[in-house]
Amino acid sequence: MIIQGKCHTFGNDIDTDVIIPARYLNTSDPQELARHCMEDLDPGFAGRVQQGDIIAAGKNFGCGSSREHAPLAIKAAGVRAVIAASFARIFYRNAINIGLPIFESAAAAAGIQAGDEVKIDAEQGVIVNLTRGESYEVTPLPPFIQEIIAAGGLMPWVARKVNRDV
Amino acid sequence: MGMTITEKILAAHAGLEQVEPGQLVNARIDLALGNDITAPLAIKEFRKLGVKVFDPERIALVPDHFTPAKDIKSAEQAKLLRDFAREQKISNYFEVGRMGIEHCLLPEQGLVGPGDLVIGADSHTCTYGALGAVATGIGSTDLAAAMATGECWFRVPETILLRYHGQLQPYVGGKDLIIYTIGQIGVDGARYMAMEFTGEAIAALSMDGRFTMANMAIEAGAKNGIFPVDAKTLAYIEGRLQRDYRVFQSDADATYAEIIDIDASSIEPQVALPHLPENARSVRELGEIKIDQVVIGSCTNGRLEDLRQAAAILKGRQVHPEIRAIIIPGTQQIYREALDEGLIQIFIDAGAAVSTPTCGPCLGGHMGILAKGERAVATTNRNFVGRMGHPESEVYLAGPAVAAASAIKGRIAAPEEVR
Ligand code: SF4
Repeated sequence: MIIQGKCHTFGNDIDTDVIIPARYLNTSDPQELARHCMEDLDPGFAGRVQQGDIIAAGKNFGCGSSREHAPLAIKAAGVRAVIAASFARIFYRNAINIGLPIFESAAAAAGIQAGDEVKIDAEQGVIVNLTRGESYEVTPLPPFIQEIIAAGGLMPWVARKVNRDV
Repeated sequence: MGMTITEKILAAHAGLEQVEPGQLVNARIDLALGNDITAPLAIKEFRKLGVKVFDPERIALVPDHFTPAKDIKSAEQAKLLRDFAREQKISNYFEVGRMGIEHCLLPEQGLVGPGDLVIGADSHTCTYGALGAVATGIGSTDLAAAMATGECWFRVPETILLRYHGQLQPYVGGKDLIIYTIGQIGVDGARYMAMEFTGEAIAALSMDGRFTMANMAIEAGAKNGIFPVDAKTLAYIEGRLQRDYRVFQSDADATYAEIIDIDASSIEPQVALPHLPENARSVRELGEIKIDQVVIGSCTNGRLEDLRQAAAILKGRQVHPEIRAIIIPGTQQIYREALDEGLIQIFIDAGAAVSTPTCGPCLGGHMGILAKGERAVATTNRNFVGRMGHPESEVYLAGPAVAAASAIKGRIAAPEEVR
């Protein structure tokens, strides 16, 4: 999997309440959620973000609530991947489960500036910053998690299992 | 090699003799929880599988976040839960009027016991660690999968052992200990890890205080918070838990990622400043911070002991004329007990508003949203930007004693100030 796009940058400890404020959680329609993505931190984000863009952020991205609406809002806003120095645990699970590609790389998080064009090579585990001519190593995903991703998310993975059982 | 309590519970549920940190295991779960925000998404995903739930007795659905329904969309979400519960014969569905905030309600109703492995599509599911269970938050898709299979995958976490020494000062409770701890280790200080709470200060802590601490383990990024099972735990589950349970204990030679010793006797009542729970200060260090609202409630501090502490301070006094004090008992049963003990009367006489159980303002849902520029002292667990309303409002986290004192003073105040 190769993902290339323009980066939007955010800082440390970006919590799920700023990714999608709870006041919009009376729906789970991804398009509606996408309209309010990052609203309390960067009200212009939902309007600015383009299909295929990438988010790059600092440590502990997605901390806070278990709301899957957070990765859903990011995905529906058109974001193809999230790069962060580290991810909060539940966000990490949720992103994998719904098929939002995430990449952990402290070097990338430190090196990428807003507007940089980057190319992520998931198989090689490397992020190339085309704007700055730098490249960063990605922390590899455990094989079991790669299996879920390859199946297309948790539900297709479980569907295979459930059908096997019956 | 020795194992921690968390490792033992995960191993037992995965059918393994031994597990170690970093290992991925597929484990049988004892209970799966969803609420009116997370379950609708889970139900949508679950339906794609075309199966029935693995065990209707081991699923709990609690409409607590936006209920009693605050608007039409919320009513539709809650209805999805209700209809699904009826269709799948899920008996642990709790309707408005018999309901409570999920993390107060489930232990109270005897749905969680020592040694359990519990998942919930709510990050504060870690609350049940107070009972010596491994309980952790997951997302809606995880819940959907677990409702179908009765299983969930886990990465065995490393454990941080926290030892609290000494005796607590007056007005210092579980909330102060956990805010102080998060202040020490940071909001990602226990990311992906288990926090094991021990020491004589913990042994002396009530069950309500332990629930408060376990509840906020997630605020340090932890997968779960867990307490040793003792006589207090067993007394709590007595008459509640209707099924078998197993008491696990960490081995003396268990391996910890870190051991942190905390002198609990030196901790004063704490406040976490906006906009992260790690911004911990002693209340006495703060200067004059004027506030507009006080909220006492939530899955962190909406239990009977919390209401008793607040009532002890509010008794015979008045909420400051410029303050709105909103008090929300965590469950219908807590509400009833508070009524019987005369606590509700104290609150109403003091000029506070008392609400039926709901998450309400804790997540900026309803029942006390902040306007631009307003400040609240809340006994809740998160003070992120916009958490309780306008993105330019502020939430200061504290325990019930500080919150009640602040309601009287109209500014952040130490409990001693109103004596
Ligand atoms: S009270 Fe607050 S933190 Fe607890 S479950 Fe409800 S919204 Fe979440």
